[in-house]
Order: sequence, then structure tokens, then C-alpha cells
Amino acid sequence: MANEGLGRDQLIAAYRTMRTIREFEERVHERFAAGELPGAVHLYVGQEAVAAGVCAALADDDYIASTHRGHGHAIAKGCDLTGMMAEIYGKSTGLCGGKGGSMHIADFERGMLGANGVAAGGVPLACGAALSAKQRESGQVAVAFVGDGGANQGAFAESLTLASVWQLPVVFVVEDNGYAQSTGTRFHLGGRDIAARAEAVGVPAVVVDGYDFAAVHAAATDAVARARAGGGPSLVECKAQRFLGHMEGWDHQAYRGAGEVDALWAEHDCMRLLTDRLLADGTVERAELTEVDRAVRAAVDVAVEQARAAPEPTVDQLLADVYVNY
Amino acid sequence: MTRIISYLEAVGEALEQELWRDPSVVVFGEDNIGGTGCDGTLGNAWGPTKGLHEKFPGRIFDTPITESAFVGAAVGAAATGLRPVVDLLFVDFAGVCFDQILNQAAKLRYMVGGKARVPLVLRAMWGAGMRRGAQHSQALYPIFAHIPGLKVVVPATPADAKGLMAAAIRDDDPVIFFEHKMLYFTRGEVAEQPYEIPLGQARIVRPGSDCTVVAIGRMVAEAMAAADELATEGIDCEVVDPRTISPLDTATLYDSVRRTGHLVVADEANPRCGVAGDIASLVAENVFDALRGPVRMVTAPHAPTPFTPALEDAYAPTAEHIATAVRATVSWSKSKEHATS
Repeated sequence: MANEGLGRDQLIAAYRTMRTIREFEERVHERFAAGELPGAVHLYVGQEAVAAGVCAALADDDYIASTHRGHGHAIAKGCDLTGMMAEIYGKSTGLCGGKGGSMHIADFERGMLGANGVAAGGVPLACGAALSAKQRESGQVAVAFVGDGGANQGAFAESLTLASVWQLPVVFVVEDNGYAQSTGTRFHLGGRDIAARAEAVGVPAVVVDGYDFAAVHAAATDAVARARAGGGPSLVECKAQRFLGHMEGWDHQAYRGAGEVDALWAEHDCMRLLTDRLLADGTVERAELTEVDRAVRAAVDVAVEQARAAPEPTVDQLLADVYVNY
Repeated sequence: MTRIISYLEAVGEALEQELWRDPSVVVFGEDNIGGTGCDGTLGNAWGPTKGLHEKFPGRIFDTPITESAFVGAAVGAAATGLRPVVDLLFVDFAGVCFDQILNQAAKLRYMVGGKARVPLVLRAMWGAGMRRGAQHSQALYPIFAHIPGLKVVVPATPADAKGLMAAAIRDDDPVIFFEHKMLYFTRGEVAEQPYEIPLGQARIVRPGSDCTVVAIGRMVAEAMAAADELATEGIDCEVVDPRTISPLDTATLYDSVRRTGHLVVADEANPRCGVAGDIASLVAENVFDALRGPVRMVTAPHAPTPFTPALEDAYAPTAEHIATAVRATVSWSKSKEHATS
């Protein structure tokens, strides 16, 4: 594992982003188990290096379209933790006023076009944001996140073709996390790598170790640079399994082999891999990371406290924002 | 200044004028140029986008046959600063990209708490009569009108097509714009300068005192023919064209029924859970006391559209069906009045 030319500040920022996602997700996991959270929540634990690596390659005004497992993408793109947590709690102070929830967290001001309740549903939206950037000659780039499950959707295949034909400044980031709900990739993927599907329609693609922040970041940086320079779309396929179930409160991961998750924690925890690397090569002192951990925990504490205390939306909001005017 | 042009030309003129007016308008769909990368000598054979790519280079695109991707791209582009006008060709093809219409375009604004706008127009050809069979002839506007977040426009005349298209493009919500293929070559007076017809405003096509006939799309002309025939029998019909199905101008409909006491709805769509039933139930619920006869629905049957002319010609309602329904409700009322007097 090399640091791929990353500077100390970039690596510490990466650590902070990944730690924030981990802390946020573990807290949501805990609060869900405690019965505080309504609805469906899909957590990102294990895949933090992907969101952090990709979004570190983006500018503030670049776009991302996310998936049902979107908290990590939103955090890495700079969405407000308190607004996110309040949204997951269904409160009026949430990023979407409580109307979206975990599966529809969005913040257009941060270029976060939304998590999405439909597998691959957001992929065409990212193509549209890329079209918009191209037409406006803004230099912006759009990223479409999609899972291994969503990659089987027609919307994904069609988007690859459209982006290739239109030479859109879009980067497809496939997160192969091992499972589409409960079905392992060996049962639902035809062909080993989704990357080959992109290459088949003229979209350059690479496969990277999704546990390795530096590897993801390097591949994303290349792809984003190509898009920004007018070189068209690319695909980055990141292999990183999720460590938790598909969805909170429902999934006991009976479909996973004995010891599979324990082995992931022991060998493929992206947080530990990054931490070990930073300490081993003397990039940072342990105390600096401990301080980041403390600050992140405090920020998540605040997010939970404020989300709990925030008011529910009033019933008049039921009919607000269906249309701009009607 | 007005002149006589076709419905097809009226749609094209609105597109051209809005492209001039607003640089954020882009137009795309299958064969909207008629050969991406071509020198323009080919061009789309006959649609309203014919020739636009020469006047607006870089703003009209051909798409691969990827409806989910390009309809979804229109949603993403609309939410990030463009006003796309997307051509679905036949509305029947909504079947292959319905997620992007139903779950993305319609709901994005609501799901994000009002922080997004989705100003897009989805153009779609519809309707029976061209011998195109069951997958190219449907009248699917009730399905779209059912979905909160979408607006649904069904113009019946060249003048309405132009003004409603301008309004749809300028509107900040997603609009599904239904263009009846059998109306494309009908002609009418259309003003040359740009103008808007507000969405949600019905038109009283023919004032009358005995029976309100609400007619949609191609049924407007059939209703007018029925009204002419009924006038010779002393029955004075008021023909009302809602023009937009969602929003629906209920005030004009209710006002008309209050004056006539009778309602017939002529709708080319299938009858179950459709617009005709919706209008009938709205009137029954809100102006029941004004009704002096049963509401009649004149629709296509609960069947797909057949190919053969022998069957297709029996599929969509005609002026004769509408006239029969009007006579039935008006005479019901008269017989009842006799019975109770």
C-alpha cells in the first residue's frame, strides 16, 4: 500500500471523513436498535474508504447521485451531520424537512443530489447533472454511485451507453459490496467484474481495492480529471464488502458464511488499514488521530442530541412542495 | 398576427420560440435530429424538432434507445439548471422508463423538502387511429395524472398546443405533454408571436345550456360534431375542453354543470380508474344538487387498441357515441320531470 503521493493534510482529512462516517453509522446502528429511528436504514460500515476516496477527488460544486446506502456519500460530500441525523429521525430540521428520510437524504447546495430508494435510480440523474455541467460549460463533474445489485439494472446499462455516446463528464462508481440484499455476487452477477460492461460500450474502467483509500482516491482522481478535461465518462469499480446487514432491524446476515464478518473486521477494516499506514510511516502521531476521534464523536453526539430535541414537521407540511405551483 | 398552421407545426414553433427565449432549454430524444453527427441534410423526417438543430446547434440531441437513461438525465439536468424537453416518441414507451417518471421526476422535489425544482417537459405521442396496434396507440394520461408531482397536458388544437407547450416549458414542475398523433396534421389559426396558455385553465369550446360535454384531446372535435347534430334536434350542448388533466380546472367544469344540469365525458382512454370516471365522481361529489340526469361516460372499451382498421375504427368513441349519451341523459331528465309533475 502506497500513499500515492498524498500529502499529510489529505491523509488526515481522509481519516477524519472515514472516522466520521464510521462513527455516524455506528451511532445510527445503536439508536435504531434502541428503537428511536423509524423506517428503513442501510448502513455503510466497511465501505468508508470508497466514499472518502471518491469525494476527496471532487470539488465542492461537483455532483454526486447516491444509493439507498447513502450516508457515507453524503458525509464525504460535506453534508451537515446534524441535518442528516435530524432527517433520519424524521424531524423538521432535517436536510429534507423530514420528508425524505435515510433513503432520500439530499443537499443540492453540497452537490448531493440524493440517496435513492430504487437500485440504480440515481445513475441517470448523475448523467443529467453531467449533461447540465457540459451545456453550461461549468467544468463540473458528476459521480453516479451504484451497488453490485443496482449494476444489473437496465438504467445502469443504458446510462453507460448514453454517457459514452454523449461523452458526458460523469464517473460511475460501482461499489461491489458482495451482496444485493441477501444474494451474494456469485449468485447474481453474470461475469466477474462490472467494469467489463463499461468497457464493452467504450467507457474506460478500472477495478480497485475498495478498502484502500489511496487506491480509490487515485483511480477517482484519474477519472475525474478525464471527465473535467472533456475526455468523457469512466467507471471505477471498488471491491469492499459491507460489514453490517443490508438493512437495520431486518437482516441477521444468515446468508453469510460462519466467521465471514469477523474475518472482514480482522483483515479488511479500512479504518485500521489507514490508521496503521499513517502511524507506520510516521505521517501522524497517535495523539493526533485520537484528537480527531474525539472531535468526531463530539460532533455526532451533538447531531444526535439536536435531532432528538428537534420538532416534528407540522401536518401542514404534508401538502407542501408537491409542486412549485399547482 | 395569426395564420393557419398544423398542430405539428404549432408544437415545433413553440419549441423554437422557447429555445430562442431561454438558453437553458435543451431538446432531446430518439431521432430529434435524425442522425447524430450528420450534416443536417437528413434530419428528423417529420417531427416537430425537424430542422431545430440547424438553428440551435449543440442544444438538440439525438439519444440512443435508452429511455431510462435519457428521461432520468432530463430529471438530473432539470434539477441542476437546464429546462429539458424530452421526446418519448410514443407514450407507450413510458413502460420502459417509468421509474424515472414515477419515482424520480415526480417525487424529487417533495422528497428533498422543496429544495429542488424539476422543470422538464416529456413529450409523448398518443392515441388510436393510425393503425399502430396495441403498443403505440394508448391514451395513458390517467396513469400520469394519478401521480402527485406531475402535470399532464392534453391539447386538442394547434393554438392550444403552442400556448400550452410554451407554458409547459416555462413551468417549474415536470409536465407530461400528450400530442395526439391523429391531430398532428389538423390545422387552425395560431398567433405568430410567443404566448402562454396557463396550465389548469379549461376552455369552453362551445357554450350551451342543455348538457355539458367534457371532451379530451381528439374527442373535442367529435364532441363538436355531436353538438352540431344535437342542435338540429333542439339540444344545446356546452363543450368543455379541460386542456390540462392535472391540474384540472374543476371550477369551470362545476360552473358549466351548474348551468346545464347534465354531464357527458368523452375520453379516448380506457374506462377503469380513468379521467372520465374522475370527472364524473368529482361532479357527483361537488355539484350533485345541480344534476338533473345521470352522468354518462363515453370512452374506449376496457381492451387494448386493435390493429386492423375493421376493429380500430370501432375502438375510439365517435360523435355518434357522444350524441347518443347526451340524448340519454337529457331525455332521462325530461322523463323524470314529466313523471313528477
